[in-house]
Amino acid sequence: MTVTAVRKDPKALTMTITAEFEASPERVWQLWADPRQLERWWGPPTYPATFTKHDLAPGSRVEYHMTGPEGDQPRGFWDIVKADAPNSIVIRDGFANDDGTPNTDFPVGEMRVRIEEIGDGRTRMSIDSLFPSTEAMEQVLAMGQEEGLKQAVGQIDAILAEDASRSS
Amino acid sequence: MQLTPDIDRVFGALADATRRDIVRRAINGEEGVAELAGHYPMSFAAVQKHVAVLERAGLVSKHRIGRRKVVRTNVHGLAVARRLLDRYEELWRGRVDRMTALVTETKETHA
Repeated sequence: MTVTAVRKDPKALTMTITAEFEASPERVWQLWADPRQLERWWGPPTYPATFTKHDLAPGSRVEYHMTGPEGDQPRGFWDIVKADAPNSIVIRDGFANDDGTPNTDFPVGEMRVRIEEIGDGRTRMSIDSLFPSTEAMEQVLAMGQEEGLKQAVGQIDAILAEDASRSS
Repeated sequence: MQLTPDIDRVFGALADATRRDIVRRAINGEEGVAELAGHYPMSFAAVQKHVAVLERAGLVSKHRIGRRKVVRTNVHGLAVARRLLDRYEELWRGRVDRMTALVTETKETHA
């Protein structure tokens, strides 16, 4: 288990996930800084990501698209607000149109990533996600069906259980 | 307990982008099928069919307000957000798993 904590606030639409790795902060930073490595973890296997423009310098815009099982290619972008290798990065992420320009139908979200050494050759990474709207979250989740599906049964069970307890 | 058919139905209903959008719009429960149909580039009949699929899955229901019938999502808005966050957590857990695999992989190659 490398995920050590998850904190969610449905009212504020925020989530913080904390994970620990047996690696140096520099190595964990590379997962973000090297687009070829980023491509291997950002999208699920059914929705791999391709980063066509990538630079983590503050003020830069990163561009990527994902490729779905039916050939659909949703696009996204990151605006790098702050970056301090290998310890922190603040990204405003949004959806893009087919021509790569930001899709203004959706407000942008924000990810604040912190990477710190915790001793014994271990590194802690925590990510604060701030979602602009449930609509934008839906959109993000639509690009990760497989992982959504993995959860689906448990989730639907929970919904049904909730409904059952409500009506009883 | 026959849960499986319901799960399939709920998930089948949510597998369509238009239907997910209807569920989202119907959280406020102020629009009828005709008003909902105005949001999509498709016929009234097509939207009516989508609403019927959602109704059968128990995701929305129709309520009478005076002479009007409005479509309402059966889950509380906050519950929707909570479920979305749960799914988002899964998405990130998947990402962290892949990150861990990458970090471990490079360690082994260097060893």
